[in-house]
Amino acid sequence: MEIDIEHVAKLANLPLDKRHMEILGEQLTETLLYIDRLNEIRTEKVEPTSQVTGLTNIIRDDTVSDSLPQEAALENAPETYNGYIVVDAIFEE
Amino acid sequence: MNDDTLTTTYRPVIGLEVHVELSTASKMFCRCSSDYFGQDPNTHTCPVCLGLPGALPVPNKKAIEGCIMIGLALSCEIALFSNFDRKHYFYPDLPKGYQISQYQSPFAQKGFIMLSNNKKIRIRRVHMEEDTGKLLHQDLDSRAVSLIDFNRSGVPLVEIVTEPDFDDAEQVKEYLQKLQQIIRYLNVATANPDKGEMRFEPNISLRKANEKDLPNYKVEVKNINSFSFVERAINYELRRQSSILESGETPTQETRGWDEKRHITVGQRSKEEAMDYRYFPEPDIPPFRWRTEEIDEFRRAIPELPDEKKARLIQNYHITDYDAELLTRERRLADFFEEAVKVGQGHGIDPKTIANVLINKKIDVETTVPAELIKDIVASRKIEAIDETELQAIIQEAITNNPKAVEDYKKGKTNAVMFLVGASMRKLKGKASAERVKELILAYLDAI
Amino acid sequence: MQLYELTISEARKGLEEKKFSSSELTSACLERIKSVEPKLHAFVTLTEEQALQQAQKADFLLGSGEVRPLLGIPISIKDNFCINGILTTASSNVLRNFVPPYDATVVRRVNEAGAVSLGKTNMDAFAHGSSTETSDFGASRNPWNIERLPGGSSGGAAVSVAADEAIAAVGSETAGSIRQPAAWCGVVGLKPTYGRVSRYGVIAMASSLDSPGPITKSVEDAALMLEVLAGHDPLDATTSPLPTKPYRQLMKEKSEKVTIGISDDYFDGVDPEIVSAVQNALHELERLGHKVKKINLFNPKYAIAVYTILQRSEVSSNLARYDGIRYGFGRDAFGEEAQRRIMLGTYSLSAGYYDAYYAKAEKVRTLIVEDFAKAFEEVDVVIGPTSPSTALPLGSSKNHPMFGEIADVLVEPSTIAGLPGISICCGFSKDLLPISMQVIGPYFMEDLILNVAYQYEQVTDWSNRKPNL
Repeated sequence: MEIDIEHVAKLANLPLDKRHMEILGEQLTETLLYIDRLNEIRTEKVEPTSQVTGLTNIIRDDTVSDSLPQEAALENAPETYNGYIVVDAIFEE
Repeated sequence: MNDDTLTTTYRPVIGLEVHVELSTASKMFCRCSSDYFGQDPNTHTCPVCLGLPGALPVPNKKAIEGCIMIGLALSCEIALFSNFDRKHYFYPDLPKGYQISQYQSPFAQKGFIMLSNNKKIRIRRVHMEEDTGKLLHQDLDSRAVSLIDFNRSGVPLVEIVTEPDFDDAEQVKEYLQKLQQIIRYLNVATANPDKGEMRFEPNISLRKANEKDLPNYKVEVKNINSFSFVERAINYELRRQSSILESGETPTQETRGWDEKRHITVGQRSKEEAMDYRYFPEPDIPPFRWRTEEIDEFRRAIPELPDEKKARLIQNYHITDYDAELLTRERRLADFFEEAVKVGQGHGIDPKTIANVLINKKIDVETTVPAELIKDIVASRKIEAIDETELQAIIQEAITNNPKAVEDYKKGKTNAVMFLVGASMRKLKGKASAERVKELILAYLDAI
Repeated sequence: MQLYELTISEARKGLEEKKFSSSELTSACLERIKSVEPKLHAFVTLTEEQALQQAQKADFLLGSGEVRPLLGIPISIKDNFCINGILTTASSNVLRNFVPPYDATVVRRVNEAGAVSLGKTNMDAFAHGSSTETSDFGASRNPWNIERLPGGSSGGAAVSVAADEAIAAVGSETAGSIRQPAAWCGVVGLKPTYGRVSRYGVIAMASSLDSPGPITKSVEDAALMLEVLAGHDPLDATTSPLPTKPYRQLMKEKSEKVTIGISDDYFDGVDPEIVSAVQNALHELERLGHKVKKINLFNPKYAIAVYTILQRSEVSSNLARYDGIRYGFGRDAFGEEAQRRIMLGTYSLSAGYYDAYYAKAEKVRTLIVEDFAKAFEEVDVVIGPTSPSTALPLGSSKNHPMFGEIADVLVEPSTIAGLPGISICCGFSKDLLPISMQVIGPYFMEDLILNVAYQYEQVTDWSNRKPNL
């Protein structure tokens, strides 16, 4: 099967060099072949299960609790400035 | 630009996506305060809205109720089953690398809003999602950076999407005003566009006048933050697309930004293909199943909406369409009017009079109560009852008896007239309105 | 008997009877750690100073007669549980400098129970594996044979308990990550029902499958740990509002004889020594009065495909937040296993493939859930081997695109369904490696599977064996 591995890597936002992409591409193909056996099972009339708990309507009341202090929120950020987290600019235009 | 050419060859096809920030106390999926406007950056965050490893979302009941109320107010069907989905894309203001939103099963679908001239705008869906953080672009030590503030991350948003039913920019503006009015009536959001509480993204294309199918492209316009700019932006875009079509080309399918300084739309780096958001049901949040009784409860919680209220005021109180329109613009004013009518009944003041006073005298209903208004109207009525000569006499007396006040007024102390008004009012014992008295006194003083 | 060799129950008794103090117990464990860690590498971070401080505080409370389930007991915690102020890495380079500003709910509970935290244990990076070999900080070693893998992803946790470095451990399972390393290391591993224990603060792997749980030296210890960990959490919308149970009490008191279901598919392709050991264990249980019945269960080999898709899809999503902006390092720091899983997950969720993969897997999940429901109408519990092999040699997991998922074939069906399962030692192989069996029960029937495991444990003495270190 033909997999556009570059496209998948882009969607996944994974920086991969050509060699790695090739290896991963092969492994992905191998894995997909294994998984394909799922098609041996008929599921036309079966409903999907997203949640095994059977829970529904889990909500909470609209009350406010303390937030993290600013220092704690920024503590792990590689770069901060005046309370903001800094990242290289992304150009839109 | 000749708009006639537009309408004869091409017809606009416009749809609208509106995001409304709900005014809940806490955020959509965590208990941080959602009141982020003007706060120091990153002071309203927690592991959940910062997207820290291990954090989990728990939905805000009030926000969901708000979304469903908006859906009901727009005559939507409320889904008996709905759930949240994850919408994946990478951007620095999106901490989890996905936004919790709704895709397959939104809370509400298939509603409509009626505009004037019986134009129906169909609502495709009303769903719930969380807001992103805010990016500020800046130069830091000659390096172009984005500064990120996550205070807004996780604030509850309701997204309202229409079918491409709009024929022109005017309709879009009317729709937005109506939508804002309804949302304010529901008291679920303040929806001020200039504070980013209400955001709109029209998608615009053109098709040939006799063409039934939708065009094979559409352009989304972002970054419009006022009602007045919406009309401009849409009209600009229609003209821009029209010239491209006239030259035989098809406009590029893309997202453009509104430049409010230059009053044009600008192409943003176009994505080569449609975004693949890889939606799947949010596994951290169980789904929602409503019983019809619960939906009925939501319905009962909806207050009387503007159109209904307007119709009822016209029918019950025989006021004009125009007056009713103005009185129902804001719920508070309409409620004030009805209260005043009740009080007025006891004093023989009819609704039309009350309507006139409220509209023409621009009464501030935040700082007074219906009883006060009626009192003032009654008082002003009584002026007709008083004899003109008697009124003149009392005023003259006040002026004669208070020469110092007259002198002060002549010297330029305009406030001195109030002293004279006071003196007259005491004699008049409420038989005339202060306004009328002041008017007369001033006329006298200026003649002296 | 050395202090570090005690179980929780024994240690509690000793502390209560003032035979020793928590400080002594903790120091003993720390000494033991110093002595065996160079060989085993079970820990990523040791919190020696804090541990001794906590032990001191515990001694003070013990002295004033305070009673708490884990008061003064030194435990280890898997490095995917966030602890406020303590390096938490998920054994990944991406988080090698991450210090959480908050505690996971499980950590809070364990602290409130009075436990002493010795440190954070090694794991497969981001829990992606069944060997602990994919840790970005080096593999942990199996105490029974240090050329062998301990299993994973809670490998360090299992090692710390099997080697008596910690009295008990907190781990997590997505599909086998508690039971399988417990099996390879010859200790008890309990995976509770999905939703029984809060996931808040656990670095997410697969949200609809992850379940924190204890790894211990005895079944009773597992019951006690469950009492501490279990319960509804308002911070985790998938936790059950059902009340918890007095697990220790029920474990000891239950006396009804159960019907044990076994399925041939669960023995298919399994090491003959393991088959034999598990069959012996079943005979033991029959001798105790229980019945063994053959049933037909959904073939585990399909579960591999279901699990691979669901898990890797959710992994690709849960790892989207690692962009190096707010914490940690960028996406170029991911190890190979993480990259593999992200790629497959992204692919199976992508436009055009969602229905064929993710949606299909969710439907097969329904079939597995229904299959177990049907089985539990006929039998009370299901028993089978935990793992198809004993501990594999170092290097076994390298460059194998599906090592983890295939190694965990026997535990995947129960995890996909969200059912509780416990793994206990039931023998040793010729080369002296532990062999284990697992007991799977219906939803929220941890008391039942603890009871069956306890009964078996009482009539055997596998847990008395200790590795030669």
